[in-house]
Amino acid sequence: MATAVRRREELEGWLFVSPWLIGFVVFTLGPMLAAAAFAFTDWNLLQAPQWVGLANVRTALLDDPLVWVSLRVTTVYALFSVPLSIALGVGIALLLNARIAGLRFYRTVYYLPSVLSGVAVALLWRWLYSPDFGLVNGILALVGLRGPAWLADENWALSALVIMSLWHVGGGVIVYLAGLQGVPTDLYEAAEVDGAPWWPRFVNVTVPLLTPVLFFQLVVGIIAALQVFTQALIMTNGGPHDATHFFMLYLYRNAFQFFKMGYASVLGWILFVYILALTLVVFRSSALWVYYEGERKIQGAG
Amino acid sequence: MSAATVAQPGARAGLLASRVVRRRLAAGAVHLVLLGGAVLMLLPLAWMVSTSLKDPGDVFLFPPRWVPDPVRWANYRDIFTTVPFGRFVLNTVVITLLDVVGKALSCSLVAFSFARLRWRGRDVLFLVMLATLMLPHHVTLIPQFVLYKQLGLVDTFVPLVLPNFLGGPFLTFLMRQFFMGVPTELDDAARMDGASTFQIYWRIMLPLARPALAAVAIFTFNASWNDFLGPLIYLHSRENYTIALGLRSFQQEHGTDWNLLMAAALVAMVPVLAIFFAAQKYFIQGIVFTGVKG
Repeated sequence: MATAVRRREELEGWLFVSPWLIGFVVFTLGPMLAAAAFAFTDWNLLQAPQWVGLANVRTALLDDPLVWVSLRVTTVYALFSVPLSIALGVGIALLLNARIAGLRFYRTVYYLPSVLSGVAVALLWRWLYSPDFGLVNGILALVGLRGPAWLADENWALSALVIMSLWHVGGGVIVYLAGLQGVPTDLYEAAEVDGAPWWPRFVNVTVPLLTPVLFFQLVVGIIAALQVFTQALIMTNGGPHDATHFFMLYLYRNAFQFFKMGYASVLGWILFVYILALTLVVFRSSALWVYYEGERKIQGAG
Repeated sequence: MSAATVAQPGARAGLLASRVVRRRLAAGAVHLVLLGGAVLMLLPLAWMVSTSLKDPGDVFLFPPRWVPDPVRWANYRDIFTTVPFGRFVLNTVVITLLDVVGKALSCSLVAFSFARLRWRGRDVLFLVMLATLMLPHHVTLIPQFVLYKQLGLVDTFVPLVLPNFLGGPFLTFLMRQFFMGVPTELDDAARMDGASTFQIYWRIMLPLARPALAAVAIFTFNASWNDFLGPLIYLHSRENYTIALGLRSFQQEHGTDWNLLMAAALVAMVPVLAIFFAAQKYFIQGIVFTGVKG
């Protein structure tokens, strides 16, 4: 009886998990293996694939300057957009956490833009950045500044996209706010009784307890920033002069405009290895700066 | 350090008063900064509304004028007549609704198995699923396209809808975390009453999981509604376009009709905004749940 019930549960377990399992095999594992095989071929989808060995890899790493240009553009974007988003998000969350009136209102307003995304947002910001008639330069003109041509200026285009990414700071704000509200008030009270002023209290109490959340946001932020695509295609088409030629745009062009499936697969693997390496670095570094409440309790007990 | 707080009584009252004043000033400063920031957050949207109601000639004025004069409501009619925008909206609605239903059903079913059923290999498979969270989409993009092409499914909705009926690590994880928190006594009692496993999932777990399901539905709605790369790769004929693709072709054909472009972009944002205001609670719950506990 008992074994029959157990066997039944065993079967049902696999049955219920099967949608994901099928999806995993057919749409993840299989394609991963296929992508590994494609990387060694020259294939335009029309003729049969040609085995070319490591030629694609060699071209990508040694002979194709656009690979490095797009990697650099993508990295610089991530390097500015991710930390700035985190810093700004924590700043706003700290202000919201100051037990002020109107918290709900502010939270809604700051969070609102981050639910919007895609082509509509990209179009909106293209219009905001219009050099001659856009709102951004209109506001700058109010204070007597002549704004740059933004998306049309190769020195400003990438910065413009970084600034635009800060409009989506609100998702992080909600997370940090929840993290801040989880900071035990007894720690603050202890610090306040000690007469610790604001800054040391922030550095020694708030930041350490917030680090697990910061760590998570950092990892997610890096992965997302390295895959930017829509803005690049809609707002600048990679220009001017490749100033916003993001890696995903280059991959897309190779695969779906030049129909170089083999070469695009290699690009996919390059981005994969790059993201994995950066994630591992962040994970490794976390031992140095991420602080877990659980560990403190264990040390305290010992 | 406590010497300062046990000073003379008179000095203490003065200290208290100045403290109150300082607090008020600080609160005022905080409001000032937050209000300024709030205005900055909302300006782009206000600008969009303003542009979408302008006469074509008034779009190109510098310095920009905020209040449209005359107000041109016809922009909202024109976007449906100059391009088949209605068709794009319909396509997007169909795809998005199918995606939401598929994700809610499959993720909850898979999560139920991971959270509540005991079977060999469960924990290993759960780890495998979590590992795929780290797997960026772009490596599998090309082989998936080749697969759908071989099956003759390019330029249909299938490649955009089918994967949503096959779970997905992020939202399955969210659902599993929720199910883990439901007391097991409920399952045991139902089993005693002769309920089948599927009935426990369908009649007990799903109704309880309404908040988590709402978060799953909202996340999926937003992702599908705004998806660009998927439709760009898979949908080729104009009658299959989603709003995202329609906006792009609109931009390519009417690149400087900013009044029309902003009207169309606003129409694209309205459902997302409506859901945001109707279900903000679930948005925030979902984001906190996955963001903090992730």
